[in-house]
Amino acid sequence: MEQIRAADLKPAFDEMNGLGEGVREPYAAVSEWLKSLRVEDLRKKSAEAELLFRRTGITFNVYGDAEASERLIPFDIIPRIIAASEWRRLTSGIEQRVKALNAFMYDIYHRQEIIKAGRIPAELVIQNSAFVPEMIGVEPALGIYSHIIGIDLVRTSENEFYVLEDNTRTPSGVSYMLENRETMMHMFPNLFAENRVAPVETYADNLRKTLESVAPENLDTDPVIAVLTPGIYNSAYFEHAFLADQMGVELVEAPDLVVMDGFLNMKTTQGLTRVDVLYRRVDDTFLDPLTFNPDSVLGVPGLFDVYRAGNVTIVNAPGAGIADDKAIYSYIPEIIEFYMGRPPILKNVPTYNCRKPDALKYVLDNMEELVVKEVHGSGGYGMLVGPASTKEEVDAFRLRVKAKPENYIAQPTLALSTCPTLTEDGIAPRHLDLRPFVLIGDEVRLVPGGLTRVALRKGSLVVNSSQGGGTKDTWVLQD
Amino acid sequence: MLGRTANDLFWLSRYIERAENMARLIEAGYRIALLPRVGGDDGKQEWASTLESAGCAAQYNAKYGEIDTRNVVDFLLFDISNPSSIHACLATARRNARAQRTGLTREMWESLNGSWLEFQSIRPDTLRPDALPRILDWIKERSAAYRGALLNTILRNDTYYFSQLGTFLERADNTARILDVKYYVLLPSTNMIGSGVDNAQWESILRSVSAHRSYRWVYKDSYRSWRIADYLILNRAMPRSLSACYGEIDAALDGLSALYGEQKPCLDTAKSTLSLLKKGDIDTIFQSGLHEFLLEFIARNNRVGQEISEAYHFNS
Repeated sequence: MEQIRAADLKPAFDEMNGLGEGVREPYAAVSEWLKSLRVEDLRKKSAEAELLFRRTGITFNVYGDAEASERLIPFDIIPRIIAASEWRRLTSGIEQRVKALNAFMYDIYHRQEIIKAGRIPAELVIQNSAFVPEMIGVEPALGIYSHIIGIDLVRTSENEFYVLEDNTRTPSGVSYMLENRETMMHMFPNLFAENRVAPVETYADNLRKTLESVAPENLDTDPVIAVLTPGIYNSAYFEHAFLADQMGVELVEAPDLVVMDGFLNMKTTQGLTRVDVLYRRVDDTFLDPLTFNPDSVLGVPGLFDVYRAGNVTIVNAPGAGIADDKAIYSYIPEIIEFYMGRPPILKNVPTYNCRKPDALKYVLDNMEELVVKEVHGSGGYGMLVGPASTKEEVDAFRLRVKAKPENYIAQPTLALSTCPTLTEDGIAPRHLDLRPFVLIGDEVRLVPGGLTRVALRKGSLVVNSSQGGGTKDTWVLQD
Repeated sequence: MLGRTANDLFWLSRYIERAENMARLIEAGYRIALLPRVGGDDGKQEWASTLESAGCAAQYNAKYGEIDTRNVVDFLLFDISNPSSIHACLATARRNARAQRTGLTREMWESLNGSWLEFQSIRPDTLRPDALPRILDWIKERSAAYRGALLNTILRNDTYYFSQLGTFLERADNTARILDVKYYVLLPSTNMIGSGVDNAQWESILRSVSAHRSYRWVYKDSYRSWRIADYLILNRAMPRSLSACYGEIDAALDGLSALYGEQKPCLDTAKSTLSLLKKGDIDTIFQSGLHEFLLEFIARNNRVGQEISEAYHFNS
């Protein structure tokens, strides 16, 4: 079945060539470099890069598959470039947004002023499965719930960026940001000599500083940090190990942890050692079976009590998922205004909440032009890109939305920007998004860069790696 | 360090060492099976003792019953259902390494991961018989590359000590088993000393620990059974001898004790084993029974492993 090319509806903004008026300034040097190479040379380099990734073991596991199927996320060797001035604007927008998201979480787990003020419907929060009632009244260190946030941005023109979604639970992909850069510098050192590319390798240091800054107060020693992973079969296991290694802290699994005398401990070769900050890369429900999931044997029994007593900091906090719920998303502009007293710097994509009758009607009537997403879906599963789907697919999805409208939201299909990418047909434009990783502790830290995901299929707007997406090195240029 | 990490590092080293030892065993067995012999048993007896040395005779017999060169080689090299096959050793080593990415340097990981990826690309059913020596050489080479990466890049802390312990406990066990399976050919026999068969057997023992050339440098003599035993048991210059292994084990446990500021029972057991080997002389060992000596050693070696696992909370 041949895909209709969504992007053909409107001409997409190409980040190298604009709308055809010539090479844009930030790409000048890279454009020259590309012209100097034959496609065969690029393919050779591309194969070389793949070998590097495979040897290094930068792989992800597909859910449900065994060890044999560690896959590589395809890496495209043509970089994606952001000008210094563009990055400055994004930075101020991102800072504003992450502060508002944390203020929102503090509020809804305390006095719930925003609900009392009638700015957001109570049931949207209270009845939301991402709302964790056990967190009500808990005082997290520095009042922060989400210390690591990945903000998914898309670009639609020279001056327009939109936030597609926030990832406030356990955002992943930062290891690719770092390894992509490592690989590019290894393979094309000259490019870095010709372009002033801002470094990203301070990320691990920043992460460590952020985690230390939210350690429980009054420790008599330096805080002990550990990264909690579900284990080697998790799809993001490589990243968990990578981050622990880069920070020089232990990578633990739940069976390595035990609660004793009101503290969290890890089982070491010398007995038990206290853990002060737990950077967890497991879902809330696998943290503590006593609190979150009585049927589960996974997790660390008693962990939540230690947390509530302020004897360990969990990063990100349990219940942080409420801020990236797709139903809450459409209220983020309100949320920013409410807590920051200013209009949002970064725009939201207009969103139709199918729980509202008039929005539902609009969505059902115009589904072939919209992107429809499950409220609790992630990773590109359970979504419909209207313009890229057949009539049968749209009709089938319409029935699903009708049956459970509150489970769906819809957005107009954006003409995502493109960037030249090495494809089977030579160098051709492919659609992109951008996920910068923000750290929130004693200060907001943002390394200049992020993960650029690229939809490798011609015309496709879905960039998720589980759906055939790849990645690019992301350059932020310095003035 | 997590107890689980120590356990994984220890076994990672053991399995790499085991894969290498297996390659040597197959090589030695293959070579002697090629020699003409009386009765023409096609090397059946030799393969039987190779399986015995490798500790997988029972499993092999359960699966095949009959000894056949092709099956034995396949079982020891490629059969993933045999936990001691080279394939299984590499798979386990890599799984442990993946679980302990943070404990391995990038060089160690890339060396091991590279070996694993390449091994997986070998298609056993399409192999020509003359490819076997090449594969066995390659295994030894990869194991050496991994050890080299380890020795050149690893921090000299508990990561290093647990890795060393795994390597040398496995190596000591391997050398002792090889000797024990063949101990009878080392005993003074009624046959004419130095008969062709004995010589081939002795050489095979030395080959299985890559010592057939160095022997001559050290002893400046043709193969003699008591010298071979002395070389593999007591000579500290020989890097696969029991004595050399215990020198390394003792050093690693000393290092751990100093690092952690505490001495554990495994240190005493290792020290008494080392002094036994230092003070021992080969005549006494032969007089009181080579077989008994080796059995006692293998049991001690196991005990040291057990005590290390308990002392450092491998499975807590």
